[in-house]
Amino acid sequence: MKRFLVYIITGMVFGITMFKSEAASWFRIYEMFQFKSFHMYGIIGTAVIAGIIMVQIIKRKGVRSFKGEKITFNPKQMSIARYLLGGILFGLGWAITGACPGPMFTLLGAGFLPVIVVILGAIAGTYFYGLLRDKLPH
Amino acid sequence: MDWIFNTWPWYVSGLMIAFIMVFLILMGKNFGVSANLRTLCTMCGADKNCEFFRFNWKDQRWNLLFLAGAVMGGFIAYHFLTPDPAVHIDPQVVTDLQQMGFESAGNAYAPDRFFGTEAFTNPITLLILAIGGMLVGFGARYAGGCTSGHAISGLSDLQVPSLIAVIGFFIGGLIMVHVIFPLIF
Repeated sequence: MKRFLVYIITGMVFGITMFKSEAASWFRIYEMFQFKSFHMYGIIGTAVIAGIIMVQIIKRKGVRSFKGEKITFNPKQMSIARYLLGGILFGLGWAITGACPGPMFTLLGAGFLPVIVVILGAIAGTYFYGLLRDKLPH
Repeated sequence: MDWIFNTWPWYVSGLMIAFIMVFLILMGKNFGVSANLRTLCTMCGADKNCEFFRFNWKDQRWNLLFLAGAVMGGFIAYHFLTPDPAVHIDPQVVTDLQQMGFESAGNAYAPDRFFGTEAFTNPITLLILAIGGMLVGFGARYAGGCTSGHAISGLSDLQVPSLIAVIGFFIGGLIMVHVIFPLIF
């Protein structure tokens, strides 16, 4: 029960952060792809730099999880087609809906109801990928 | 208290995201939101006819709780922490968007045209939202992650595949905004 709450609260903090920093705003995503503001680049850049530092500390110091287990990072399998093609398709959708998967759900909570169509589309898209996976270059 | 009601600065948001990622790592999990879309497919029965969805979705319950939290966070932020939801983007971008038919630019959180109730009565808008969503879902799984899994978690771990995926995200986004938008708006 306690663990249950920890994940919900972490998600809530994430949702509030996405909404309050306007990373969940369609306008901010459009502005980012027009290179007219540093805001979104600042968010991603800060997260990545802080993330690199903390992940390096975890790796070099052999920091263990809260439960005392060893933390493993699974290197992703190298490929170009998969990441580039998948990434481009994702980017096309991200730019037109102004929402990546996290913010979609944050917008739903904020009451922007047409985002339900985007979420259902994303679930359907995931399903279509599952069906076509064997036929795609990976 | 003004700081909490105004737009959060980029460095606050960036640090919060990094802390959330590291907190999940220390919980023995990983930060990746789009994995939930696969889990939702499995829960809807997609595992019956498709191998890709055959996995123990219960291992991902924590992530669904995180997702539910993200929904609640949106509710709290909008209703209690945002007296003025207008997003003050670059004035030039506001002018451009208004000329393209996005009249609410500069005065709203999200364009009314897409996310106001009027969207439900416009078949073209619904089609755009559905296709856009499909591209996000399909692309995220094909690339093996979305903004959280690749741009944040993957780049933080200096993964080259994630860098390729993020370059892809930007190629796709730039094509949409600079090539496809002028054709449809």
